[in-house]
Amino acid sequence: MVNTKVTLSGIELDNPIIPASGTFGYGYEFAEWYDINCLGTFSFKGTTRDPRFGNPTPRIAECTSGMINAVGLQNPGVDAVIAHELPELKKHFRKPVMANVSGFSIEDYAYTCERLDKEEQVGWLEVNISCPNVHGGGMSFGTSPEAAAEVTKAVKAVTTKPVYIKLSPNVTDIVSIAKACEEAGADGISMINTLMGMRIDLHRRKPIIANKSGGFSGPAIKPVALSMVYRVYDAVKIPIIGMGGLSTAEDVLEMMLAGATAVEIGAANLIDPMASKNIIDDLPRVMEKYGIKNLKDMIGGAH
Amino acid sequence: MSQKQGIYRVVSNEALTPLIYRMVLEGDTSALCATGQFVNLKIDGLYLRRPISVCDWDGTTITLIYKVVGKGTEIMAQAQPGQTFDVLTGLGNGYNTAKSGAKPLLLGGGVGIPPLYALCKKLIAEGKTPTVILGFNKQDEIFLDDEFRALGATVIVCTADGSVGVKGFVTDAMKDVDYDYFYTCGPMPMFKAIEAVAATSGQYSFEERMGCGFGACMGCSCKTKYGNKRICRDGPVLEREEIIW
Repeated sequence: MVNTKVTLSGIELDNPIIPASGTFGYGYEFAEWYDINCLGTFSFKGTTRDPRFGNPTPRIAECTSGMINAVGLQNPGVDAVIAHELPELKKHFRKPVMANVSGFSIEDYAYTCERLDKEEQVGWLEVNISCPNVHGGGMSFGTSPEAAAEVTKAVKAVTTKPVYIKLSPNVTDIVSIAKACEEAGADGISMINTLMGMRIDLHRRKPIIANKSGGFSGPAIKPVALSMVYRVYDAVKIPIIGMGGLSTAEDVLEMMLAGATAVEIGAANLIDPMASKNIIDDLPRVMEKYGIKNLKDMIGGAH
Repeated sequence: MSQKQGIYRVVSNEALTPLIYRMVLEGDTSALCATGQFVNLKIDGLYLRRPISVCDWDGTTITLIYKVVGKGTEIMAQAQPGQTFDVLTGLGNGYNTAKSGAKPLLLGGGVGIPPLYALCKKLIAEGKTPTVILGFNKQDEIFLDDEFRALGATVIVCTADGSVGVKGFVTDAMKDVDYDYFYTCGPMPMFKAIEAVAATSGQYSFEERMGCGFGACMGCSCKTKYGNKRICRDGPVLEREEIIW
């Protein structure tokens, strides 16, 4: 009998599998495919202060072993999330959930986090300072250590739950940004968000995606994510939620060995609605194969 | 709405025209509950699934008619009987036949025609008398017209070059038809032409680049008069009254 439990800032997860924000809605869509209570938790759709339609379509392009999306943080806004989405989510999921928040100013982040922090079912806040798909916000907070620290401090000042800062890989030195978040009081780091990417339509001779560029995700980015998590693990003491192209139980072990305490599954959920459940079901077999009794012993094991 | 994932076996896969193929898949069809729904096929070697509208289905088979337009459909066209695909079925809302009167008009353009087949069958089963207008570019692109006639529908074929039937677009044939509701699937220029002349309410089935096909990624969102909708999940069929052109 293997033990898949891990602890994320004092909250025990049955397993480290967390569907990533933007690939899992507010959970209930997936409750039609399987009982989502098997998940460690999930990170719900990135929520902003005001409702957002997002970018024009096409928003999606395919790549070799991956995809590009430029959804642009479509969400109904924090008021509607609290009034409608969380009650619906609660009908299908009984564990603490991770609230993913985006913003366009420091005040936005603080306001939305403060609102969601008061929601009983929210176990953690995941602050997205790394969305590549919105102009004049999002990622700009994640590209300098100073701005990242400022968002972290502002959110920590108005919240009580553990705060994870979700970092962009589209930076010169992700380690310095992770350290700045830690020094500013972050409880953990989520990484990595999507890489900037583009595909061009040969018939139209224009980018496929209306927004031109988008966020590149899927198995192709796994090595980038592993390398970044590995380096950040050496530099910070706070836990890391690792993500980037993970789609199998073996991928989960690899990411935990690099230094992740838990993992997020993103694009894989879109290709196969059962992906996160399949990974959870397969974990014991793969742990036995590699002689692992306690999954948490793997965290940072490759260092 | 129920959606299912399963493994489906190719029964047959044949060319109807140089670029249009008909694939019959065998497997669980219980998730399909309305005409105009679609399935999403996993293709070996490609990352995203390929959404394909359902032409028809019965207790054990699903018929897909698709056009070879890119890598995914090229691979599909090579599929041999016995080969299997991982397929998500029962996706999308589909057409609502309850809205139609006794004389529905079905307008299909090119590869938008297939989902109208099961719709036509259903409307006839409901005792209605549909007229079907099928639009093609030229003679060697014509498909499925005989199948519609075999259902008992009145069929009008239009070709842009006039090689068969009415010369012009589906809207050129539409003005002479007596109808009390319409259903359509086809390219956007055809939709806009229909919208300009249609005399009744109706339903349009839209196409969009999709990420997941089941409502999770928000990749195919559109604005409607009744709020944001996802083409894959809240569509692909939208009612005329809600569409923002």
